[in-house]
Amino acid sequence: MASIDYPLEYPREDKAYSFSETLYSWVATVDHKRLGLMYVVSALLFLVIAGAMAVVIRLQLMFPESHVVAPDTFNRLFTMHGTTMVFLVGMPMVAGFSNYLVPLMIGARDMAFPRMNAFGFWIFLFGGLLLYFSYIGGGGLGGAGSAPDVGWFAYAPLTSKAFSRGAATDYWALGILVSGVGSIASAINVIATTVSLRCPGMTLSKMPIFVWVMLVDSWLILIVLPPLNAAQIMLLMDRHLGSNFFETQAGGSAVLWQHFFWIFGHPEVYVLIFPAFAILSEVIPVFSRKPIFGRAAMVGAVVAIGFISLGVWAHHMFAVGMTAWSNTFFAAASMLVGVPTGIKIFNWTATMYGGRIRYSTAMMYCCAFLLHFLVAGLTGIMLAVAPFDWQLHDSYFVVAHFHYTLIGGLVFGLMAGMYYWFPKVSGKLLSESLGKWNFWLFVIGFNMTFFTLHFAGFLGMPRRIYTYAPDRGWDTINFIASVGALVQAVAVACFAWNVLYSLKKGEPAGDDPWDGWTLEWATTSPPPEYNFERLPVVRSSRPLWDLKHPQDPDWKYE
Amino acid sequence: MADNDVLTADALTLEQHWALPDRGKVGIIFLIITETALFSIFVAAYLVYIGKSLVGPYPKDVLDVPILATICLLSSSLTVYLAEHALSKNELGRFKFWWIVTICLGLEFLVATGLEWKKLIYEDHLTISTNLFGSTFYPLVGLHASHVTVGMIFLLIVLAVTLMGFPIQTQFRRVLFLSWYWHFVDAVWVVVFTVVYIIGR
Amino acid sequence: MLKHALIAFLQTNVPGLPEHRVANIFKPLASPGASEKEIALLTFAITGAIFVVVAGLIVYTMWRFRRKAGDDEHQEPPQVYGSNQIEIAWTVIPILIVFVLIGVSARVIASVENASPPPATAKVTLVGHQWWWEVDYPQFNVRTANEIHVPVSRNGNHATYLTLESVDVIHSFWAPQLAGKMDLIPNRQNFTWIDPSEPGVYFGNCAEYCGTQHANMLLRVIAQEPDDFKSWAVTEAKPAVDDPSVASGKAMYQSLSCVNCHTIRGTSSIGQFGPDLTHLMSRQTIGAGMLTNTPEHLRAWVNDPQVIKPGCLMPSMNLTDRELNQVVGYLETLR
Ligand code: HEA
Ligand code: HEA
Ligand code: HEC
Ligand code: CUA
Ligand SMILES: [Cu+2]
Repeated sequence: MASIDYPLEYPREDKAYSFSETLYSWVATVDHKRLGLMYVVSALLFLVIAGAMAVVIRLQLMFPESHVVAPDTFNRLFTMHGTTMVFLVGMPMVAGFSNYLVPLMIGARDMAFPRMNAFGFWIFLFGGLLLYFSYIGGGGLGGAGSAPDVGWFAYAPLTSKAFSRGAATDYWALGILVSGVGSIASAINVIATTVSLRCPGMTLSKMPIFVWVMLVDSWLILIVLPPLNAAQIMLLMDRHLGSNFFETQAGGSAVLWQHFFWIFGHPEVYVLIFPAFAILSEVIPVFSRKPIFGRAAMVGAVVAIGFISLGVWAHHMFAVGMTAWSNTFFAAASMLVGVPTGIKIFNWTATMYGGRIRYSTAMMYCCAFLLHFLVAGLTGIMLAVAPFDWQLHDSYFVVAHFHYTLIGGLVFGLMAGMYYWFPKVSGKLLSESLGKWNFWLFVIGFNMTFFTLHFAGFLGMPRRIYTYAPDRGWDTINFIASVGALVQAVAVACFAWNVLYSLKKGEPAGDDPWDGWTLEWATTSPPPEYNFERLPVVRSSRPLWDLKHPQDPDWKYE
Repeated sequence: MADNDVLTADALTLEQHWALPDRGKVGIIFLIITETALFSIFVAAYLVYIGKSLVGPYPKDVLDVPILATICLLSSSLTVYLAEHALSKNELGRFKFWWIVTICLGLEFLVATGLEWKKLIYEDHLTISTNLFGSTFYPLVGLHASHVTVGMIFLLIVLAVTLMGFPIQTQFRRVLFLSWYWHFVDAVWVVVFTVVYIIGR
Repeated sequence: MLKHALIAFLQTNVPGLPEHRVANIFKPLASPGASEKEIALLTFAITGAIFVVVAGLIVYTMWRFRRKAGDDEHQEPPQVYGSNQIEIAWTVIPILIVFVLIGVSARVIASVENASPPPATAKVTLVGHQWWWEVDYPQFNVRTANEIHVPVSRNGNHATYLTLESVDVIHSFWAPQLAGKMDLIPNRQNFTWIDPSEPGVYFGNCAEYCGTQHANMLLRVIAQEPDDFKSWAVTEAKPAVDDPSVASGKAMYQSLSCVNCHTIRGTSSIGQFGPDLTHLMSRQTIGAGMLTNTPEHLRAWVNDPQVIKPGCLMPSMNLTDRELNQVVGYLETLR
């Protein structure tokens, strides 16, 4: 590995802290790196919890007519699984990665508003705990505790006082509302940081694509989280002040909630996938040893997605009986999103084309992303064909589609990111051999579960059913799917073990293990509190390439 | 050495001409943007439910247009500008004067809203749970009023510290941002006013 | 209980009618389902082609440009920054494809939503309840539950129109082999139509999550020859048979709180909360398709529905054996 002696090098300080000191320094910290880490770690913990729930779901569905859990318990499981995965895994991953990496990549010392940053994290965590407190307090005063069981998009009027008694639904709404405030805070922070704190020379055209994507992502969050929060506020007012926004008995509209939720909900799925886009745009070039292909197109595509995705929400509502015109419009808009997304996939491939690809686990996860996300997107197109969706809607085909996007896409992307930056964060390399186990088990288990589930959809299996009859043609499919879930559990366990093991025994990484090109590799691993001793000055989008190849630097071509 | 030069070549010139927007400015602008998104949903809900109430009282029967309050709030946008302008010129006296005027105008608006609600609730018996009109009216107008209140609190804080002799001109940026927020609250009122008191009736 | 249910699903008791339990959306037997299948296949063809091309490209690149053993560490491949022609190419081509797809789906959407369906012989109002279906035939003043009898429509002249409503939360009507979904939404009316081309029992589910027993809100569309359908409707329209041999059972039933929730036309039992029992025994199943309608099952259900369908809105009536025998004896006469 070409290790370079670098002007920004400076001595590491290693002084021993007492436990209480360490604890205090973490709780009271406003350092963007520590906050970023805390985001990612809490997201991983929630991933294990929600994943374990998914495993229980799969065990219940493994055989027809089985009695692993009671009907209500099952409904709570998928509600909490979905809500957790979206709001307590996906969202903190956005905040975590952008918090840790954006300042490093733009050569800044910290985020624009460090204290607001800390506020964002703690209020997010509080929201998450509030949601899980429903297991204790959800029954309402005196009632036996219970989690919400209304599904992750909580359609009205199932959420009204009449149909969901107790306080479970209130915890759901409050938890999401509160953590949503946190996400908005960190989004504003990311935007202000990228706009105002870039190091000298880093014009927008020289800014790493990772930062670009996170910028657009934060913009999306600012636009689409408020609608959700507004809807949650209305819901809470319906339940406690007796207003009638979604009270069908009093003339309120059940469909209005769906509009409000999906105005948030669809862009949200891009908010979730963008970190993966961002990560791929950094990892693929470095491991292909080529600059990103079509930089401008890549940025343009992300911006395009950021705008088009605001106008497609009702493709989740093809079955509520909209007019032919709105159905057609939303079908068209949904398919159009495929175009910029395609541009991204093509450019990543073109980046690899003609390169010299080194298959570390990070890069393998990137390739897995490309193939699985392709499938996910194409099934998305099928769903966008409204007449086809009348059949597929709320069937297991949809479940398969979005797990391809969320695991094959989001999670694989995040995995790549974690294998890529773990050395920077910890100073240790993750074990590659454990990595391979983690990778192959995950890919195989994932396809066992979700490839098969597409066909359950074709055979008329609706989602969110806690049991099914043996003679509807669904049993074999569900059995295979459940076995796959166990395999995935082992895979995730491998990852957890890899992290813990490598933190202790991992081989030291050095500052620049992958021979990278962006500024974070120009400081030590782990970076010091102040990131850079002297703020760097850049002249191209690959400052470290310029540094390592003085004879033909990038800025000559840009 | 060579590497070093590449990276730091003409660094000085670059660093000198390297100016980026004020982070606080960016922050406040995007805060206002998400606030707008929040309001737009409540406005949308109001528009959707216009004329959908199953039982009375209906807007046309009970709502009378708050001319005075509106004038006050809108003109407060001007006065806050004058105040901030004065501060930029470092004329503390004029600043204090216009600042206090702004606060009075804002106060008038809040009082007017309070009285309107009192009338609606006690005389017209329109509560949030009466019908869809009530359900959408109170949250929308209330959300705006709450923003005015927050603005008022900050205005008062600034006034307090100024009167206590704190050199407010050192905080010109913050005062400026506060005035922007106040303009935003006014702009929102224009929308709310048109939707509730013109289209809605 | 488990075994009961299992048997229930395995055995069939509709004389003559084939059962379509495996509801494969690619084996449609009605026009809406058929046109949806058509466009589905087209979509498959297009997306399939895209997949083969793009995936092929990716895999080729992955393999062809892997780092080989011999390569030297520090020798970097040629640095290519992009190419506008290529960018344009892979922007324009997808746009064209997308427009094809949009055109096609627009056509089918219109043909299913705006096109005037064939003349209706039956007009049904389907009302969703947690967790069962109320089926009304205003034109024949018939009311039944969970099983939608419709005429077969061979040369497309006996379509059935369905008006969809709900009294509580959102449900969704889905009989995959006949037509795609349409939601039943409170405080709103939706409309859909079906025209089964072959006699048979078509299975379906409630397809919108509606609470605890969403999983057991099953649905059967029973397509019969027009004449059979007519005669079925005629008998259903009659008030309940009054069989003197079960007079005591009837008295017992009416003395119980059943009457608050169930209607048996021609008696003082006029509850609206639960399914209409007037011709209970003419139904194949009870509990929204959970159990075949056999005397044992009926007895088990009345004895304690909460064991069979936990959380369902019919409470355990905890009757004494005597009461139970009498009531069930009476119900069994409601042909
Ligand atoms: C990361 C999350 C993510 C992503 C990225 C996507 C991406 C897409 N999704 Fe998905 N979707 C979800 C998460 C996601 N989705 C979730 C969670 C749900 C379920 C919510 C719930 O009900 O619980 C859902 C549900 C959902 C539905 C509603 C299904 C239903 O309930 O009836 C629809 C319908 O149109 C849809 C469509 C699409 C489309 C068109 C895309 C497009 O963005 C895909 C674009 C990508 C490609 C098309 C592939 C690459 C492109 C090319 C190779 C170029 C060539 C291609 C063409 C010319 C077509 N999605
Ligand atoms: C980021 C998003 C995300 C992710 C990663 C996942 C991951 C998984 N999901 Fe989930 N899922 C959703 C988002 C996600 N899901 C959403 C939004 C819904 C809709 C909810 C709704 O309908 O309201 C849903 C719904 C959903 C359903 C449908 C439920 C229903 O409709 O009835 C199913 C069923 O198979 C399922 C399964 C799984 C499985 C097996 C995994 C696996 O990949 C999980 C693998 C991870 C682990 C297993 C954790 C590792 C655990 C350990 C290492 C500890 C050991 C623990 C045990 C072995 C128990 N999910
Ligand atoms: C509180 C209301 C209520 C009472 C009291 C009640 N039922 Fe029910 N009953 C229901 C509901 C609701 C259903 C539908 C349950 C489902 O399928 O989810 C039902 C279903 C049934 C069914 C099955 C009908 C079908 O076609 O699926 C029978 C038979 C029945 N009840 C008989 C009785 C008898 C006999 C009594 C009195 C001993 C009784 N019920 C009392 C509410 C009630
Ligand atoms: Cu009714 Cu689901
Ligand atoms: Cu969507």
